[in-house]
Amino acid sequence: MSNWIDIAALDDIPKRGARLVKTVHGCIAVFRTGTDEVFALDNACPHKNGPLAEGIVHSNSVTCPLHNWVISLETGSVQGPDEGQVATYPARVEGGRIFLDAAMLDQRAVA
Amino acid sequence: MTQKLIIIGAGMATGRALEHLLDAGGGYDVTLFNGEPRGNYNRIMLSPVLSGEKTYEEIITHTAEWYEENGVNCRFGEKVVAIDRAAKAVTADNGDVLSYDKLLFGTGSNPFMIPLPGHDLNGVIAYRDLEDTERMMGLGEDNKCVVIGGGLLGLEAAAGMAARGVDVTVVHIMGHLMERQLDEAAGYLLRKALVDKNITVRCSANSKEILGENGHVKALLLDDGTELPCDLLVMAVGIRPNIALAQDAGLAVGKGIHVDDQMRTSDADVLAVGECVEHDGAIFGLVAPLYDQAKVVAKTLLGEDAAFVQKELSTKLKVTGCDLFSAGDFAEGETREDIVFRDPARGVYRRLVLENNQIIGAVMYGDTADSNWFFGLIRDKTDIADMRETLIFGPAFQGGAPSDPLSAVAALPRDAEICGCNGICKGKIEDAIAAGATDLGAVRATTKASGSCGTCTGLVEQVLAVTLGDDFVLPAVASVCGCTDMTHEDVRRMVKSQELKSMAAVWQECGWKTSCGCHVCRPALNFYLLADWPLEYQDDPQSRFINERKHANIQKDGTFSVVPRMWGGITTPDELRAIADAADKFAVPTVKVTGGQRIDLLGVKGEDLPAIWHDLNKAGMVSGHAYSKGLRTVKTCVGTDHCRFGTQDSTGLGINLEKTLWGSWTPHKLKLGVSGCPRNCAEATCKDIGVVCVDSGYQISIGGAAGMDVRETELLCQVASESEVIDVIKAVTQSYRENAKYLDRIYKWMSKVGLDWIEEQVMDLENRAKLVARFELSQTVYRKDPWAQHVAKAETYQPIANLSLEAAE
Repeated sequence: MSNWIDIAALDDIPKRGARLVKTVHGCIAVFRTGTDEVFALDNACPHKNGPLAEGIVHSNSVTCPLHNWVISLETGSVQGPDEGQVATYPARVEGGRIFLDAAMLDQRAVA
Repeated sequence: MTQKLIIIGAGMATGRALEHLLDAGGGYDVTLFNGEPRGNYNRIMLSPVLSGEKTYEEIITHTAEWYEENGVNCRFGEKVVAIDRAAKAVTADNGDVLSYDKLLFGTGSNPFMIPLPGHDLNGVIAYRDLEDTERMMGLGEDNKCVVIGGGLLGLEAAAGMAARGVDVTVVHIMGHLMERQLDEAAGYLLRKALVDKNITVRCSANSKEILGENGHVKALLLDDGTELPCDLLVMAVGIRPNIALAQDAGLAVGKGIHVDDQMRTSDADVLAVGECVEHDGAIFGLVAPLYDQAKVVAKTLLGEDAAFVQKELSTKLKVTGCDLFSAGDFAEGETREDIVFRDPARGVYRRLVLENNQIIGAVMYGDTADSNWFFGLIRDKTDIADMRETLIFGPAFQGGAPSDPLSAVAALPRDAEICGCNGICKGKIEDAIAAGATDLGAVRATTKASGSCGTCTGLVEQVLAVTLGDDFVLPAVASVCGCTDMTHEDVRRMVKSQELKSMAAVWQECGWKTSCGCHVCRPALNFYLLADWPLEYQDDPQSRFINERKHANIQKDGTFSVVPRMWGGITTPDELRAIADAADKFAVPTVKVTGGQRIDLLGVKGEDLPAIWHDLNKAGMVSGHAYSKGLRTVKTCVGTDHCRFGTQDSTGLGINLEKTLWGSWTPHKLKLGVSGCPRNCAEATCKDIGVVCVDSGYQISIGGAAGMDVRETELLCQVASESEVIDVIKAVTQSYRENAKYLDRIYKWMSKVGLDWIEEQVMDLENRAKLVARFELSQTVYRKDPWAQHVAKAETYQPIANLSLEAAE
């Protein structure tokens, strides 16, 4: 069951930027693209746990700041020749506010 | 008995509903209230009235005679102030009480006024009705107007007034115009078209206050301190459904008045239509769905079955004189693909977004002739797999030729400068080719183009290719990245010669193949724009690597390292104490002296950065830029102050150089060294720029390295005075940042252009002075402490939300 919670205003994140959300099980990176879509992913690159929130966002991808792995914001899968997967969480924008699905975040503990 | 229908609002929706009702034979005794002292006119035609293409009389849809002939009892200029649903009666503002059997809301929407200080001054208006339009039409040619809002409405207002000779400035809070309908590239083209119409456009501009004099508007103050003088200020930032009356009457409302598929509100005898309604979560601003609703509401009133269905909508937008089109969803996505077509010569931009072999969105600018065809493909979910290759060219080109990658160069005018060193324009190269120079060497020999620094070689070759066609084969060169076929040098030349001053301008004019670049090209473009247009171009932090964005170096565990500046390597006991205190306070695990004689605090948490900067700032220290593609350090020895061999004040010179160069952005990191004698204790001869002091003066050498490559500098010149040292180094640095490829250290740039060429640039006194002047100009913008600036936005370094507490409850 989904439980949408209001995280912040869309404008709290710069276009093509990211901010962190703290949870009991670690940080989630919330990204805003150039077209104002938002995505939520675990803030750790599958390569060496690079903080994805610090990467450069381009189209619907982010480039990890440590070793330039490119990760799809939509699927969490690593692009190009590398392989790997980052957990993604439902996120949406409504009326200029960002909502995350708390129920899905809670499932992280189980997973 | 005839039933009584009361309609509140004489707008386009209720006008159309009345027509349907009367066409079907009526059956109602209709009373029509309208706040405006007139009947229905075509509100979307107010823009042509404003620009003078039409008169008000031409946009009236229902005249007073029409209402009279159709037996409508009009109460124009009167408002309904209360509704008693139990008694089924409305109260007018003059106290009259009228009963109804059915009530129809058509209250439309209200313009939204930003509650800025001064918004109630005389001369601050919205752009909504005929009165507003007349106020704008009343402005004379010598008047100034500011329009807040770069959406369709604001731009229409601006274009209309500009057509009448008014000096108009549009202030828009977002980075590009019409951001909801257009992507950045189309927004850039639109802006260009408006600027051509003498409209000033300021994007990313935050309004702070409306200033007045004697109760009348005088200027708009932006939060960066800019004052925009104006005689009239138009706020065109959006509209909101007018629901106050419905709310007072106890009807269910959300963003608008809730209606079902039959346009009934929560009270079955009360209906609503038009901009004031909310249907299935949506509100409506375009005319097509309003007319659909009008048809449905008429049928409901007549007791016939009808249901309103929301449809896929396209917007063919007509900002006076500019062709725009947007439809569907043009966001990017993992499963979505983009087809982008740019024709810089004609100012045409088209973008299609595909998913599962269907077009789901389209944005077009400049040529919208095919928009209906594309919209049809979106609406019908047509499978486009078979025509994918030529889809972007529209229906007429199915099976046609693909686009020409050389079109950007082909489009340059004859007087566009190709070779900056020698001032050679495209026309001269074309003439040389016509006279028989058919390869690069011959063009070089006859025109000097690409004969000096050589960074325009790619462009010269492209001119050859465009002019000679198949007779010339372009050598394969590495492009910046997958987003473009152009090389770094080509892009740099375009940025200069075509005066490109924004990311969007480069993407469009250079035919970028992606919508917003990638992590490879964006930092390079950001640098090129900053370097060439220091005053006009605003840094784009999102196009910088994290180290430069957060002014600290990211480490393998995601923590950061912080390096305060120590000018010329000199520090004091007080500074050392402050560094030690900061290290204690923020539990810094490692304190290290760097190779460049600075102290590095390693392992600082990202969210602590503004706080540690604050403490270091307080002790008088600023950022050491240990993270930047810019000046890092000037390493020194002690020179004449203490050393028995020192020939000059090398420490003092190092400090001077560092204070001159700090904050400057360069293609790659820039490290300097100043040694007081040829024993070279500061290791100046393996720096990017090194100074070795000798008895007779100063030897300046460049192109050293002690990184991936280890190289010794080469001697550039020897000068007699400190001030000459500083001028030569400013000139070298400026030449380096104007000409080198992003991420080339000086030695790489030097191996490409040659030491001789650099020497010519900086030893020619006239040219040196120009380079120095340009260097100083850009330093007026960038010689600032980023730490102090970022402490002010410390909250952006914090997590945006903390759910760990919430979950614990």
